[in-house]
Amino acid sequence: MTDAVNQPDKPQMRGGGSPDLFSKFDDVIEMRAGLLASGVEDPFGLVMERVLSPTVAVCNGRETILLGTYNYMGMTFDPQVIEAGKQALNDFGSGTTGSRVLNGTYLGHKQVEQALCDFYDMPYAMVFSTGYQANLGIISTIAGKGDYIVLDIDSHASIWDGCKLGDAEVVPFKHNDIEAMEKRLKRIPEGAGKLVILEGVYSMLGDIAPLKEMIAIAKAHGAMVLVDEAHSMGFIGPNGRGVAEDQGCLDEVDFVIGTFSKSVGTVGGFCVSNHPKFEIMRLVCRPYVFTASLPPSVVATACTSIRLLMDASEKRAHLWENSEKLHGALKDAGFQLGTETPQSAIISVIMPDLEKGAAMWEALLHEGLYVNLARPPATPANMTLLRCSLCAEHSTEQVDQIVEMFTTAGKATGII
Amino acid sequence: MDREATSARIAKLIEPFNKKGIAITDDTKFTDDLEFDSLTVMDFVAAIEDEFDIIISMNQQAEIETYGQLVDAVMKLTDA
Repeated sequence: MTDAVNQPDKPQMRGGGSPDLFSKFDDVIEMRAGLLASGVEDPFGLVMERVLSPTVAVCNGRETILLGTYNYMGMTFDPQVIEAGKQALNDFGSGTTGSRVLNGTYLGHKQVEQALCDFYDMPYAMVFSTGYQANLGIISTIAGKGDYIVLDIDSHASIWDGCKLGDAEVVPFKHNDIEAMEKRLKRIPEGAGKLVILEGVYSMLGDIAPLKEMIAIAKAHGAMVLVDEAHSMGFIGPNGRGVAEDQGCLDEVDFVIGTFSKSVGTVGGFCVSNHPKFEIMRLVCRPYVFTASLPPSVVATACTSIRLLMDASEKRAHLWENSEKLHGALKDAGFQLGTETPQSAIISVIMPDLEKGAAMWEALLHEGLYVNLARPPATPANMTLLRCSLCAEHSTEQVDQIVEMFTTAGKATGII
Repeated sequence: MDREATSARIAKLIEPFNKKGIAITDDTKFTDDLEFDSLTVMDFVAAIEDEFDIIISMNQQAEIETYGQLVDAVMKLTDA
């Protein structure tokens, strides 16, 4: 980013006494300027100059272990996946230049939707251009004016934006609080449509939801249930279908939302469903209709990757080993973690404040390790987090190296 | 329930969230005067919802800026 981003707006007032519309960003500009003034490298301006594998890239000329990419299953460099993409580029061209409902549905789009139906063992699947649009589209289309959405307060931005776009009554409850959810469901006026929105894995702390109990209560109150399994697909559950599968309640979920940009290793979003009228979504869901469909190479790589993930139990087992090993070692080293036990492939290290968090982030980068720096307002309870996401392709030796780097950087910055 | 009684019940609930002990009137603003952040709002709204057995959806919360508006909204919701 250029230096201009660090300057407060000027002029403050425009002709006729109208304020500069950018003045509402002054707080963020100030926060950023303050952070950079302390001399740290810009945590939100990192460039991957070369990517050597799912777990190693070159950043600022340094070879860097990647521990913040959500590339859980390491499919991005799978030879079969890459070959499928190349073939589709050759056969179908670089892009569709059209909406799914006009000229943008190619053979590959139908094939990837079939792969999703097979992966989840569900009858209907609909692919969106991003995961963000999948939540935005499905939520805003099914829950409209007069309907009630009951959702976890720590829900992802795409869920909140879907709620806002649809104009339903939005009723949040405290994170993972079963009783708070039930109380709100009970108070919804009789006859109103109800949608409960949950996530399998919450990406900030890497904790999972008690889906089985929550979904049973939602169903008892006549609500439909949507579960975002973006951070669990491919990894959690016997077939990698997510937390709902793992807890034995996937059949009770009306809509599963997922993404191709994590375990699948490309970009795109989807919804799978058992609802008999689901196909009508293709005509009424605006974020599906009014945008161009995914490029043929992307759907081809996604389709190949999803089919490979159906049979990836060894990779799943190794990823669990990595998660358990890193969680245990960081805890032993004295770091404060987001969860008591490893619950997913995300391990969140809680920082005392943004300044120390940024210093630690930079120290890790200099050691040759990339993690995500997460800060308010994206984080729960206004925490600053160093969020680590493990990959099935991280070797045991790499995890050992990661622990060493954390310990060195943690001591240098005075965090442990 | 009359307005005064409703206001008294809400005033009691607000105490633990009113960290600076600001004197509360109908014109007191939650964000500007009481400096409520989004987490405080969630906990405070939950306390009111439980006390009166109502839902104050986020859509309704967006219309409530002052203490007086909150009392009016709770009156309306408990009346329904």
